[in-house]
Amino acid sequence: MTTTADSSTLAATLNSIIAEHQGLEGPLLPILHATQKALGYIPSEAVPVIAQQLQLTKAEVHGVISFYHFFRSHPAGNNTIQICRAESCQSMGSRELEANIKQRLKTDYHQTTADGEITLEPVYCLGNCACSPAIRVNDDIHGRVTMDKFEHILDELLTVAVELK
Amino acid sequence: MSTNTATVYIPRDTTALSLGADKVAAQLQNQQPNINIVRNGSRGLFWLEPMIEVATPKGRVAYGPVQPEDVESLLASDFLQGGSSHPLYLGLTEQIPYLAQQQRVTFARVGVTDPVSLNDYRAHGGLVGLEKALALQAQAIVDEVKTSGLRGRGGAAFPTGIKWQTVLDAPSDKKYIVCNADEGDSGTFADRMLMEGDPYCLIEGMIIAGLAVGADQGYIYLREEYPVAHAILNEAIACAEQANILGDNILGSGKRFNLQVRLGAGAYICGEETSLLESLEGKRGMVRAKPPLPAIVGLFGQPTIVNNVISLASVPDILAKGGEHYQEFGTGRSRGTLPFQLAGNIKQGGLVELAFGASLKTLLQDFGGGTRSGKPMRAVQIGGPLGAYLPEELWDTPLDYEAFMAIGAGVGHGGIVAFDDSVNLSQQARFSMEFCTIESCGKCTPCRIGSTRGVEVIDRITNDEQRSGSLEEREKQIELLEELCDTMVHGSLCAMGGMTPIPVTSALKHFPQDFLPNAAGNKAAQGADHA
Ligand SMILES: Cc1cc2nc3c(=O)[nH]c(=O)nc-3n(C[C@H](O)[C@H](O)[C@H](O)COP(=O)(O)O)c2cc1C
Ligand code: SF4
Ligand code: FES
Ligand code: FES
Repeated sequence: MTTTADSSTLAATLNSIIAEHQGLEGPLLPILHATQKALGYIPSEAVPVIAQQLQLTKAEVHGVISFYHFFRSHPAGNNTIQICRAESCQSMGSRELEANIKQRLKTDYHQTTADGEITLEPVYCLGNCACSPAIRVNDDIHGRVTMDKFEHILDELLTVAVELK
Repeated sequence: MSTNTATVYIPRDTTALSLGADKVAAQLQNQQPNINIVRNGSRGLFWLEPMIEVATPKGRVAYGPVQPEDVESLLASDFLQGGSSHPLYLGLTEQIPYLAQQQRVTFARVGVTDPVSLNDYRAHGGLVGLEKALALQAQAIVDEVKTSGLRGRGGAAFPTGIKWQTVLDAPSDKKYIVCNADEGDSGTFADRMLMEGDPYCLIEGMIIAGLAVGADQGYIYLREEYPVAHAILNEAIACAEQANILGDNILGSGKRFNLQVRLGAGAYICGEETSLLESLEGKRGMVRAKPPLPAIVGLFGQPTIVNNVISLASVPDILAKGGEHYQEFGTGRSRGTLPFQLAGNIKQGGLVELAFGASLKTLLQDFGGGTRSGKPMRAVQIGGPLGAYLPEELWDTPLDYEAFMAIGAGVGHGGIVAFDDSVNLSQQARFSMEFCTIESCGKCTPCRIGSTRGVEVIDRITNDEQRSGSLEEREKQIELLEELCDTMVHGSLCAMGGMTPIPVTSALKHFPQDFLPNAAGNKAAQGADHA
């Protein structure tokens, strides 16, 4: 695909997202959410477009994106795994779990595995604290996670991709 | 009832799902296609999840924790008749002591009904409060909430009726009802459970709030970390619009209230009400100075009620049964019930709704059953990441706002996190400071910079390699930490910086031995940073 095609696809996606949300009160966060959902991240090229249409400065839009942990300005892997780092999960061994998962995936927080499959992120509570430690794999939350369980989850997650290869 | 049309309840609550409830449901449907499966909320007995129930003429019978591989043996047993032969049989749900000993008021329907069924909602007492409110003057609704003695369940415990009065009295054509569903505190899940298990209760509470103060637009500010709650709320809002409960003609009254869910984006500080309003407006979540109060200058500059999920969800029952009835629960100035959440290293984790006044020990031992690891319980943190760490000597304290304030702690949102004796409290204190550096909105220096210094000072206290090892030097660093905490308490605009010292100083006060360089875990902790 050429860069021109890429940027015209981006423009089309953005324009329809903005059109859909522009009537809302306080539309910026819903637009950023929809953009990240559609593209996996918020490309820097999106900033001036959103800014112009919402009559904000580029700095304002950029400032909002950078304030929130959830928004990312760079592409992520095919899957996102979040490990809960908060107190309840700490009480059930999440510090060790986090170290083991990092080692298993050979990656650190805010980074993606070499095969592009998994981006690892920290999270502070998933509301699953009665069954700590918890992790989130895309939109699925898992409780009482052990390394055995993690291997299982990873297997299920990556099986489809591997079969296609 | 013939067995193949039996009704089986399998929760769609996040925790139940996190332990495999969807797979159990799929397996059951697959093996017995005629079974009528209802996806309810959770009863909150989380150590038994996935807990599934069969409807019988005597009442619902529970089985759990059920794994997909148990389905075959369940179906081979007398499970569909509610029989007792299977090892996972738990008896009549309502007679399980953990549940039978609670006072379920706000959570009366959670786990019982299909969360998105309006028929279920009506059949279990839903909309009675709204119907009453529609027949009342705005002031009379506010008066009912004042009578109930309800105080905000989000943490600050401000009287809800007084907040509503301020918004009612603020002259404006446009007012807002904002539900704080950011539930960022570790150890808490009551808001999530309610939104996933009884979303109409929150919706009804918000409509009543709108009628009480003359607001016709509501927003639920929901944390992004709750995808299941998001889906269920949106489903429920669409059904409520269809049924003219939301919209331009509430139950045929000609009155109007519209409601939308808005997602946060992973910022703990956006649970603070003014930061939340900034975020809803599409800005960085920078905390606003108060005054003006959000009740007077709130969302888009308009008078706004900001209330926690549980505060708002308490309102339908208060209107239905009267504020007088609600305030009969509780003790002193803490009226009504609080859904306590047992979390962390606890055997029987879950939601326990009780009138204020029960002791912490009752919760930890009678309900919680001690630690999950089986080791002695050593500390509990109450009220989230800004809450105190308490040693066993203080577990007799009755759970009410004033009694907790008296011991330098807070009940907060009712989250209780237990730790066994492998915990190192200097590491916990260090994490509190670290969390503050990650989540500070950055407006105040004591919060932003002080917390970074806090991490460094704790490292110096617990690490003997960096210093010459003199006792004197250590004492100096501890003094420095205490001064730093003092500066944060007095120089911070909001409770993020202002209360981070609470877990830190409580850890230092009650567990000083953990701050010694040779305490277990202190060496290993060095350099094991978060990023
Ligand atoms: C750092 C910080 C985080 C907060 N997080 C929450 C939260 O997640 N949920 C909540 O209801 N209140 C939270 N609060 C309290 C709110 O500022 C506010 O008091 C509350 O939403 C008012 O509602 P209530 O009176 O019904 O409790 C937080 C406060 C602070 C300072
Ligand atoms: S105390 Fe911290 S979080 Fe609160 S306003 Fe100040 S800098 Fe922001
Ligand atoms: S602290 Fe990890 S899920 Fe709540
Ligand atoms: S920067 Fe804090 S988790 Fe990595």
